[in-house]
Amino acid sequence: MTLIDLANPTRFLSLTARLLPWLAAFTAVLLLIGLYQSAMAPDDYQQGATVKIMFIHVPNAWLSMFVWGVMSLAALGTLVWRHPLADVAAKAAAPIGAAFTFLALATGSLWGRPMWGTYWEWDARLTSVLILFLMYLGLIALWRAVEDPSRAARAAAILTLVGAINLPIIKFSVDWWNTLHQPASVMRMGGPTLDSAFLIPLLVMALAFSLLFVTLHLAAMRNEILRRRVRALQMMQASQRSA
Amino acid sequence: MSLGPYASFILTSYALATVVVLILVAWIAIDYRRQKQRLHALDASGVIRRSGRSVADSR
Repeated sequence: MTLIDLANPTRFLSLTARLLPWLAAFTAVLLLIGLYQSAMAPDDYQQGATVKIMFIHVPNAWLSMFVWGVMSLAALGTLVWRHPLADVAAKAAAPIGAAFTFLALATGSLWGRPMWGTYWEWDARLTSVLILFLMYLGLIALWRAVEDPSRAARAAAILTLVGAINLPIIKFSVDWWNTLHQPASVMRMGGPTLDSAFLIPLLVMALAFSLLFVTLHLAAMRNEILRRRVRALQMMQASQRSA
Repeated sequence: MSLGPYASFILTSYALATVVVLILVAWIAIDYRRQKQRLHALDASGVIRRSGRSVADSR
């Protein structure tokens, strides 16, 4: 099956029906392994046991940006190639991305209180992630406000691409400005600075949350295709009645 | 395994993540069921897709 075959929503539904049970099972197993490794990880010499919040916070922070990246690619698919599933993919990803961003903010806040002495600080990293969260909510509101999916798709795609400017700002905010947030310790030039006792559980959790996103995204895309099918059929039914 | 003096912050983080993920899973599952019910209702009312397939056939 080639990528062009997936442009057909019916073929896509058939593929997701086969893939989803396997993906869900694999995600659950990997999450359990990651949670076990997180529980067994040693305390940090400075942060103590609060370092365990990192195993939840960091994967969600990575995914908050990754999901917007996926939506930006989908926005290009909508505007440039007019791929029939591009808007479906973007619309289905937005609530999941918003949930990951909320978790990144909330767990970061819960980690910040014991380590920094405050739940919140208006510094560059925290503020730019809060803006990302608000942009997710704005996009979801836009899709809900415009009834015609094709009109909503174009407006949402433009807004998504404009919002993508925030991604490098989030990533490099800790280098460009003086922030309370620590600089990158995994995705950095020169390799990770984390000890393997922390790095391995972190990578397992990141992989588990990434698989969770793929699973939920495919399921949400399936729902969106069915919703559009329902809408088209209801319109067909209405026109048959009025004829 | 001792979580030290900040155990409440650690446990709240994990509990919050669990609740949010469960809400996402439940929302997607309920939405799927709702769309399938609507398709079945349309099928029962006699609407036919342009492909000629049953409207409830989601393949």
